[in-house]
Amino acid sequence: MSQSAYYVPAQSRWPIYASVALFLMAYGAAHLINGLADQGGGLGLSLLLAGTFCMAMILIGWFGNVISESRGGLYNAQMDRSFRWGMSWFIFSEIMFFAAFFGALFYVRTLAVPWLGGEGEKGVSQLLWPGFEAQWPLLTTPDMKQFPGSDGVINPWHLPLLNTAILVTSSFTLTFAHHALKLDNRPRTILWLGTTILLGVVFLLFQLSEYVEAYQELGLTLNSGIYGATFFMLTGFHGLHVTLGTLMLIIIWLRVLSGHFSPKHHFGFEATAWYWHFVDVVWIGLFIFVYVF
Amino acid sequence: MNTLTRNVECEHTEHGPARGLSRWFFTTNHKDIGTLYLWFSFLMFLTGGCMALMIRAELFQPGLQLIQPDFFNQMTTMHGLIMVFGAVMPAFVGLANWMLPLMVGAPDMALPRMNNWSFWILPFAFAMMISTLFMEGGGPNFGWTFYAPLSTTYAPPSVTFFIFAVHMMGISSIMGAINVIATILNMRAPGMTMMKLPLFVWTWLITAFLLIAVMPVLAGVVTMMLMDIHFGTSFFNAAGGGDPVLFQHIFWFFGHPEVYIMILPAFGIVSEIIPTFARKRLFGYASMVYATASIAFLSFIVWAHHMFTVGLPLMGEIFFMFATMLIAVPTGVKVFNWIATMFRGSMTFETPMLFSLAFVVLFTIGGFSGLMLAIAPADFQYHDTYFVVAHFHYVLVPGAVFAIMAGVYYWLPKWTGNYYNETLGKWHFWCSFIGVNLTFFPMHFIGLAGMPRRIPDYALQFADFNMVASIGAFIFGFSQLIFLVLVIKTIRGGDRAPAQVWDQPQGLEWTVPSPAPYHTFAEPPEVK
Ligand code: HEM
Ligand SMILES: [Cu+2]
Repeated sequence: MSQSAYYVPAQSRWPIYASVALFLMAYGAAHLINGLADQGGGLGLSLLLAGTFCMAMILIGWFGNVISESRGGLYNAQMDRSFRWGMSWFIFSEIMFFAAFFGALFYVRTLAVPWLGGEGEKGVSQLLWPGFEAQWPLLTTPDMKQFPGSDGVINPWHLPLLNTAILVTSSFTLTFAHHALKLDNRPRTILWLGTTILLGVVFLLFQLSEYVEAYQELGLTLNSGIYGATFFMLTGFHGLHVTLGTLMLIIIWLRVLSGHFSPKHHFGFEATAWYWHFVDVVWIGLFIFVYVF
Repeated sequence: MNTLTRNVECEHTEHGPARGLSRWFFTTNHKDIGTLYLWFSFLMFLTGGCMALMIRAELFQPGLQLIQPDFFNQMTTMHGLIMVFGAVMPAFVGLANWMLPLMVGAPDMALPRMNNWSFWILPFAFAMMISTLFMEGGGPNFGWTFYAPLSTTYAPPSVTFFIFAVHMMGISSIMGAINVIATILNMRAPGMTMMKLPLFVWTWLITAFLLIAVMPVLAGVVTMMLMDIHFGTSFFNAAGGGDPVLFQHIFWFFGHPEVYIMILPAFGIVSEIIPTFARKRLFGYASMVYATASIAFLSFIVWAHHMFTVGLPLMGEIFFMFATMLIAVPTGVKVFNWIATMFRGSMTFETPMLFSLAFVVLFTIGGFSGLMLAIAPADFQYHDTYFVVAHFHYVLVPGAVFAIMAGVYYWLPKWTGNYYNETLGKWHFWCSFIGVNLTFFPMHFIGLAGMPRRIPDYALQFADFNMVASIGAFIFGFSQLIFLVLVIKTIRGGDRAPAQVWDQPQGLEWTVPSPAPYHTFAEPPEVK
């Protein structure tokens, strides 16, 4: 195998299988959601589960191929750069996904809600909802029958602050793990990576208990109006990303255990670390703009 | 490996295409995948075209004759969605797949398996989207721009399937764009510096950036719709403190860059073709690159020119009006450069050149009508009339679609090893050219006279121009069958094309034999 040639894989069955699985997932999800109202989503649920299961198997197989090719020395430095570009641009696309939701939050806070409250002399709310007053967080919505508002919001200085500390710490522990990996110190890598995973799990548990508090004690729900909508969608998508990141870390942890990485070659580790730091940065944005201000 | 990568000319057969259908399902070869994209795009072009013909048949005369208003709305919606996401975008990705590795001297796209996945998601996504037409309550009927609350509170139940189909298309586009960027940034042959890249490569690099930046925003907006419809959120509902106008802001933050996604690669194609047939180097290469980059940058700060009439604050109207007009500057630079390239050239008029020339002229007409629409106070009059329809069809059909056709004619001999039939090509061009102008030029007038868009019936005074437009549409539609026949004939045979195909064209793609071998540039060429 010459180091100079770029590895172009031969045919592969994974992509088209993955397309079928994705289709099952999407079709199943749509069917399930449409059936929610009239309890008729059974078929959708089975399709969704089947698709998800297939997708998981396919990804394991596909990444398995990549890992064995990489360990077989088929990838040269140029291939490594392709992966780096690929992962970087993927993270950029994720940033833009969050940007859409942050943009929505800023728009309603600075424009839509004040306008509803009568600012800018647009006269809309005066006609439709006389007496509506703009405030943020929006506890009282224009139409309290349809969107019942909430009794309060999460106190940023309790769990959210703790969660901030946890995620920031986890970025550090992950960096310690990376340094240990570069020094070829496997036990320490395993230790620090394990700590990072634990912190991720604790974060998720705290986040869950916060949702329980929001729903049960504060009456803050998806249906509360625009505050609840932006709050749950932003923190919810972030939570999903932490979940995915934690899963990725667990896989990397298992790969470290079986000695897949060398001090020089460990892009799988690095890609996951990039992803984790990205999730961390998004949280800081959330903490500031969703919880504190 | 080394032994079989020695020379492209004495290609080893063990790495040739697989036999049978599995070749197309499992392939990782950029040429195969390019071919798949192009055929899929053509199929969608015909599908979306049939829907357009249904629209035009209904509009042939005033009154309701053939289809019900709700079905008419489903047709306009599906036509737009299919043409944008199914025909134009995949065609450009197909051309990118075929040509980018050849143009930068790479053995393949950077991530070949993901490349296959990007393609194969599409047939499933479109199957799902088109199937909504047969669902209870009908398919999406809220226009390709799917404004809330039409697409939320008042949408048919099939909107959920539409949302997931859009998600799938987005995944496909993002992966495709990541592949393009990685290929261009990382797979260039030694010596192929950035400022030596052919313009088609440059425009695709910038397009891919736009795609990665805005497709996630589209995913975000359809997700908000999903939540509003099924899970009680109030993003687009003022009763809960949200705002239907928020939908439009997010949609057009995606939507305006999206229209440039559909035109920048077209600029690239035309910038390849005109120098070849004018037998001169492209005038102002560097300024072309900078103009493309400026257009891409500006495309992020003009989105609200689609929303002048929703009640933006005055400062907003003014800002978006001037920012939009600024785009005319880099666009003008481009048109100037194309014309300057032809100035005193030894021109010949083969079919790719005819399509490119028509592109320059007719796209410019579309640009000018865009400039008219950009004048906020005037747009209060034009908005949601057929004038807008005329504008965007001029930039998209004789713009994007003609450029795609030009590209196919230009590179077809390279792909198949055969020349196409020039007489048939000219027939295709002239029928298309006449058809397009008959269809869309009268729309300017009926638009200015006040005929609203997306309406199955109209007042009597618009009858004549509508009839002309419908006749033109059928001419344009059926002349695409000439193209189909021509392509099939060329694949099956024809005069053998040499490596260079045209009279001394520039670029690495002309250094490999025609048809291009299954694997090219396994060892990178030297670029001086
Ligand atoms: C000089 C360049 C351009 C300018 C100044 C411009 C300006 C505008 C404006 C102001 C509108 C909104 C009209 C209205 O709804 O009232 C519009 C609509 C549109 N433009 Fe352009 N445009 C330009 C180029 C393009 C290009 C290159 C494309 C695509 C290839 C394009 C595609 C569209 C589409 C699809 C719409 C209509 C969207 C819809 O409402 O369905 N435009 N343009
Ligand atoms: Cu626009």
